[in-house]
Amino acid sequence: MTRIQQTFSQLKAQGRKALIPYITAGDPAPQHTLALMHALVAAGADILELGVPFSDPMADGPVIQKACERALRHGTSLRDVLQMVAEFRQTNTDTPVVLMGYLNPIEAMGYAAFAAQAASAGVDGVLVVDLPPEEGDELVPLLKSHQLDVVFLMAPTTQDDRAQKIIAAGSGYLYYVSLKGVTGSATLDVGAVSARVAQIAAMTDMPIAVGFGVRDGQTAAALARVSDGVIVGSALVSQIAELADRPVEIAPRLTQVLSEMRQAMDQRA
Amino acid sequence: MSRYADLLNLPDARGHFGPYGGRFVSETLSYALEQLDEQYTRLSACPDFQAEFDRDLARYVGRPSPLYHAERWSKRLGGAQIWLKREDLNHTGAHKVNNTVGQALLAKYSGKPRVIAETGAGQHGVATATVAARLGLKCQVYMGAEDVQRQAPNVYRMKLLGAEVIPVESGSRTLKDAMNEALRDWVTNVDDTFYIIGTVAGPHPYPKLVRDFNSVTGREARQQCLDSFGRLPDALIACVGGGSNAMGLFYPFLTDDEVAMYGVEAGGDGLETGRHAAPLNAGRPGVLHGNRTYLMEDEAGQILETHSISAGLDYPGVGPEHAYLKDIGRVQYKVATDAQVMQAFEDLCRIEGIIPALESSHALAYASQLAVTMTPDQHLVVNLSGRGDKDIMTVARLQGISL
Ligand SMILES: Cc1ncc(COP(=O)(O)O)c(C=O)c1O
Repeated sequence: MTRIQQTFSQLKAQGRKALIPYITAGDPAPQHTLALMHALVAAGADILELGVPFSDPMADGPVIQKACERALRHGTSLRDVLQMVAEFRQTNTDTPVVLMGYLNPIEAMGYAAFAAQAASAGVDGVLVVDLPPEEGDELVPLLKSHQLDVVFLMAPTTQDDRAQKIIAAGSGYLYYVSLKGVTGSATLDVGAVSARVAQIAAMTDMPIAVGFGVRDGQTAAALARVSDGVIVGSALVSQIAELADRPVEIAPRLTQVLSEMRQAMDQRA
Repeated sequence: MSRYADLLNLPDARGHFGPYGGRFVSETLSYALEQLDEQYTRLSACPDFQAEFDRDLARYVGRPSPLYHAERWSKRLGGAQIWLKREDLNHTGAHKVNNTVGQALLAKYSGKPRVIAETGAGQHGVATATVAARLGLKCQVYMGAEDVQRQAPNVYRMKLLGAEVIPVESGSRTLKDAMNEALRDWVTNVDDTFYIIGTVAGPHPYPKLVRDFNSVTGREARQQCLDSFGRLPDALIACVGGGSNAMGLFYPFLTDDEVAMYGVEAGGDGLETGRHAAPLNAGRPGVLHGNRTYLMEDEAGQILETHSISAGLDYPGVGPEHAYLKDIGRVQYKVATDAQVMQAFEDLCRIEGIIPALESSHALAYASQLAVTMTPDQHLVVNLSGRGDKDIMTVARLQGISL
């Protein structure tokens, strides 16, 4: 069992749902990321999604675009991100870490080198936003051969035949995109999400986590009721943006926002 | 039998040109692209659709465009005969309209009431606003804030045509950022919006359909060569930004093995300075904007800012079909520096009475170098992809003149 599978099966045994925060590595500067990862775990994160900054994040809204810009101003590279994960693993061997980003930095590093180094750094899963299963013939088997889970997105526009393909290609969990739009959008419709997630759940045993547009404990709790996990990104990253020049205040603020979601989710469970 | 016969079957069903092309998009767009692919495959095989497209090209765009013999310029240079394919004479002043007329028809048949586009120089934006006005479609155009500044006349033209121009402030504030923003819009409004991409880039099927719509240039030119000098030309030359005017000229000649082809990228201040927009000459393969192709990027895979005198070539990528044609050696890719471009621009104004677009002047600059290595009984066809009226502010500034 991979660390991700273990996490979901433990949560299931406890009747709880996964809380999965996203932050961009290197934001607001690389020296802060490690402490923020530990703070998120302490505040109740079950899995961490760590964004790999990219110059052209075409699926992201303004909040995460700016996070990428802040991280890149400090030159945060994919190699640096792997280094951060390796350091995180020195004291935390339980919490899965999923890298989320775009394909080009991985192409630049080389698929084989990336797969090997990600595995040895202690990465558990990889989600490449602009890599649908059809284009994954080379990278996906390489990642799997290093026991890395490959997480794919599923969208409201995904029809059933494609959903089957995505289920067959993916592992770890499915990331259901709650809305048509970029990250950080504000038009999440819990009813529509519930209906579609239930249909997808009938096709697979893989856990389904829902993300995009989760802003508060109430939404997180509502989504937790109908899925196996909730991903929170822009709501955290916007706090980092606000405190970028007062970095000591970031960890306490993220702790506050995430704990509230944790509580709201656990109350409902 | 041509050595290159297989090229006409590209891309494959999944949009690949060898290792290039493909469909690297986030999941939300996959369905829209599958539908577009299906729709295009069906309509492009339908005689009525082709007839409607041809009629629009003839009566609205003003095709066929002439193949003009630049006799004085050829004589001055003392080498090959230079022929100009006059895409600058099209309605809206560039080749871009061939593609927007075609995609607007697709939008019409898809029933979507809104179109969006990205634009660099503003030519594609103007061509999109034009066809949108004619079909009564709502039109929004994304344009880098930097380009909004340097292409002010085209911004106003789009507004006159009823389009809204949205300045893009993210990243380098140029064409690549406009394309990011258009993709973000499309993901959000995919149900009611048709995205009219302006060059042979983006995810499959765009590189293919934009090439097909632009190929009218090469089909006409091929026949016009036979009519004008009784044989095929020795070489074709076109500038390459994303590469749509070049693909449009080259494609109908790909299996004419005796016809040499040259794509000319923006050399900017010179390749050695790093200030250029020449991914095929100085980049390496990577993935951006939905396809794998040559890119200008740093060693960590971050996309680099580009530089060119012409906004329309200021793009860090290039259409995937060009990447493949480069690798197999069917097309040679060259560069022209800003200084060489200015010289060719001035020569064409003074010697032929034609003000060319700065983009097209890249092709002219290389043509003048190539012509002198050839003999007067040889023939070169240059794609004069657009007229230079939009560039007079830029040129005046470089000459130290304020208008
Ligand atoms: C006149 C003209 N030529 C060429 C280009 C470059 O585009 P492409 O390489 O797709 O032909 C542009 C783009 O704006 C243009 O306006």
